[in-house]
Amino acid sequence: MAGKDYRLSPRVDQVGIQDRVDRITKRSIKNEAKRKGLYMILNMIDLTTLEGADTESKIKQMCYKAQHLHDELPGLPTTAAVCVYPNFVKTAVNEVKGSGVKVASVATAFPSGQSSTEIKLLDTKIAVDNGAHEVDMVISRGRFHSGDYNFVFDEIAAIKEACGKARLKVILETGELGTFDKVRRASDIAMDAGADFIKTSTGKISPAATLPVTLVMLEAIKDYYYETGKMIGMKPAGGISNSKLALQYLLMVKETLGGKWLTNEWFRFGASSLANDVLMQIMKQETGNYQSKDYFSKD
Amino acid sequence: MKNKIDYSSEWKLDPAPESIGHIKLKKKYDLFINGKWVKPKSGKYFATINPATEEKIADIAEAGQKDIDAAVKAAKNAYDTVWSKLSGKERGKYIYRIARLIQEKAREFSVIESLDGGKVIRESRDIDIPLAAAHFFYYAGWADKLEYAFPNRRPKSLGVAAQITPWNFPMLMIAWKIAPALAAGNTVVLKPAETTPLTALKLAEVIQEAGLPDGVVNIVTGYGKTGAMMVEHDDVAKVAFTGSTGVGKVIMKAIAGTEKKSTMELGGKAANIIFEDAPLDQAVEGIINGIYFNQGHVCCAGSRLFVQESVYDVVLRKLKDRMESLNVGDPMDKNTDIGAINSKKQLDVINDYIKIGKAEGAEIYQPKCTIPKKGYWCKPTLFTNVAQSNRIAQEEIFGPVLAVQTFRTVDEVITKANNTPFGLSAGVWTDKGSKIFNLTSQLKAGVVWGNTYNKFDPTSPFGGYKESGHGREGGLHGLEPYLKFD
Repeated sequence: MAGKDYRLSPRVDQVGIQDRVDRITKRSIKNEAKRKGLYMILNMIDLTTLEGADTESKIKQMCYKAQHLHDELPGLPTTAAVCVYPNFVKTAVNEVKGSGVKVASVATAFPSGQSSTEIKLLDTKIAVDNGAHEVDMVISRGRFHSGDYNFVFDEIAAIKEACGKARLKVILETGELGTFDKVRRASDIAMDAGADFIKTSTGKISPAATLPVTLVMLEAIKDYYYETGKMIGMKPAGGISNSKLALQYLLMVKETLGGKWLTNEWFRFGASSLANDVLMQIMKQETGNYQSKDYFSKD
Repeated sequence: MKNKIDYSSEWKLDPAPESIGHIKLKKKYDLFINGKWVKPKSGKYFATINPATEEKIADIAEAGQKDIDAAVKAAKNAYDTVWSKLSGKERGKYIYRIARLIQEKAREFSVIESLDGGKVIRESRDIDIPLAAAHFFYYAGWADKLEYAFPNRRPKSLGVAAQITPWNFPMLMIAWKIAPALAAGNTVVLKPAETTPLTALKLAEVIQEAGLPDGVVNIVTGYGKTGAMMVEHDDVAKVAFTGSTGVGKVIMKAIAGTEKKSTMELGGKAANIIFEDAPLDQAVEGIINGIYFNQGHVCCAGSRLFVQESVYDVVLRKLKDRMESLNVGDPMDKNTDIGAINSKKQLDVINDYIKIGKAEGAEIYQPKCTIPKKGYWCKPTLFTNVAQSNRIAQEEIFGPVLAVQTFRTVDEVITKANNTPFGLSAGVWTDKGSKIFNLTSQLKAGVVWGNTYNKFDPTSPFGGYKESGHGREGGLHGLEPYLKFD
């Protein structure tokens, strides 16, 4: 927002954030709550592959997996989306057609964001022209750290415009921001500049998503909702590879933002290996036994 | 408010009860005197009940004068013949052994604590019992270092300590009392509160198992009358009491004019102060932790909330939102945040104060939570529009009831915070370090937490100003009341 001083964004106390997270991780999610939660998680996953080694056929396999998570067990949902590099968007759009699975494309010189705004806009345009339903952009962390918040804001706003109808997820890359105060500040800038989702990480650096960082961002979303009436989505990405942790994320969303956010319209997991762990847990609930990892396809 | 977050959801947690099959409890408990279980000469027993179900758990002996005489005699004898002659190093070994046994049986202790007192299992498991063990470990370490703790002052033990503990943190308060007493070389007659005697009696079994010499620790049960007999006994050298200010005054009158030393850890009405520059979301968590921890049965509870007026609306909104996700109910469920009120008597006290608050014109707020039909329950409650002169802002309620006031300047909030007969604790929330130091030096409270609340550690002294009592427990300071110096 013009004239808003983001240095004045609400402060975050690290010890207090950890206290609140501890209350959530100590909750016990069992039986029916666990079963329902696991199904929800599957339906909130952005099944992701962002490797130099990605090939057309790998993308196709992943798109098939997104729609057929484990055919042995009927009634499973699809994932929310597949997430790929811009040059694979066309293939992915073709593969998921009619299934309800969205195609998300990273853009803006992902993952470092080290390029000119022109290139970033073009990157975005290519993804959108090829049919991406969602764009996952990265912010310019260098400009953010140097205090050039207007630049960061304007860049997000420009990308948002280039997205057209595609929903925009803004990756803060919290692992590079250093403090919770800065995570909060970056969240405020992204939401004000037009983000539909705010997202923790690229998954390319460590630490990626954590519960405390996600809580800071959820609180920012809550304040923004009270201020404007507008719902913003949340996507923790990277480092969430087991069901127990994913269930704790869901509970955190529920206790911070309420049940309305518990759909894939407003909450996503950026993950590649999470789906299989969730499937393994669901099969355990159905059959009473854990199965070998090799009973679940690795696409 | 046009946008209200709806915390209801189709996705609900299922019950996650802690299993209780593994605990061993007797149907009837006698008195633990001179290392043995003895029937009360009074012949009387009373029931201890589970406040969450109103069902009886066990019969507990009620000690009369002859029983107290026997217990003090045993303690005196153990002091004269064994304990005062042991080296600090040997005393330390016994205390370490007790600490380890508590750790080994931590799960059993936690479950019993929650059954008997209504406290949620999450707290007894993660706070009460681990901290109790930590206190024993900590003071075990001091047993052979008293000369270093008080250099050139020649510390000496006192004799028999009469100790009376409350029902809000039964096991933890026993640890606060017994551990420093033994480390300093004294022997003990301890009476747990009548509504929560079971962990104390379980500890008696641990003490037997640890092989502590007979009579060094004696545990007697009963009501206030029993406590009075202990306090008035001639062979008692030291009285340590944690409980209400009213009873504390009675005890002080009873020992006036004698040479008995005393520590009194009494009531409180702490100010929890939120400045506009505070990390508000975490401050809200601190408010919750300050007043709804242990159903508000906490002497240092942050029961008076002071919010700087520029952030009052947003803090109240956040606080009310946070209250929506507090689960009230079965203390044995791992997901419960607020358990049962400790007794019918205390529930009546709390409900009376809620009525008084309404009659005084304060505005009440309680979240939409359900409470079980049987047992003693109180929803988390807050009052706004509270005046400094209201009784709900002046008197200790000892329940999950928060009185909210606003302030404009630093001076104003210091005046209001100190304007109380109590002075046990306080909380300050601000992003500015200098402001915290300014307030810590001006608030008349024994403990001031900065950007956190209700945090405890064995190394940290605890105790009050004014009607909140005198003497310190915990840390090096906690040894002093159990010693005399040349």
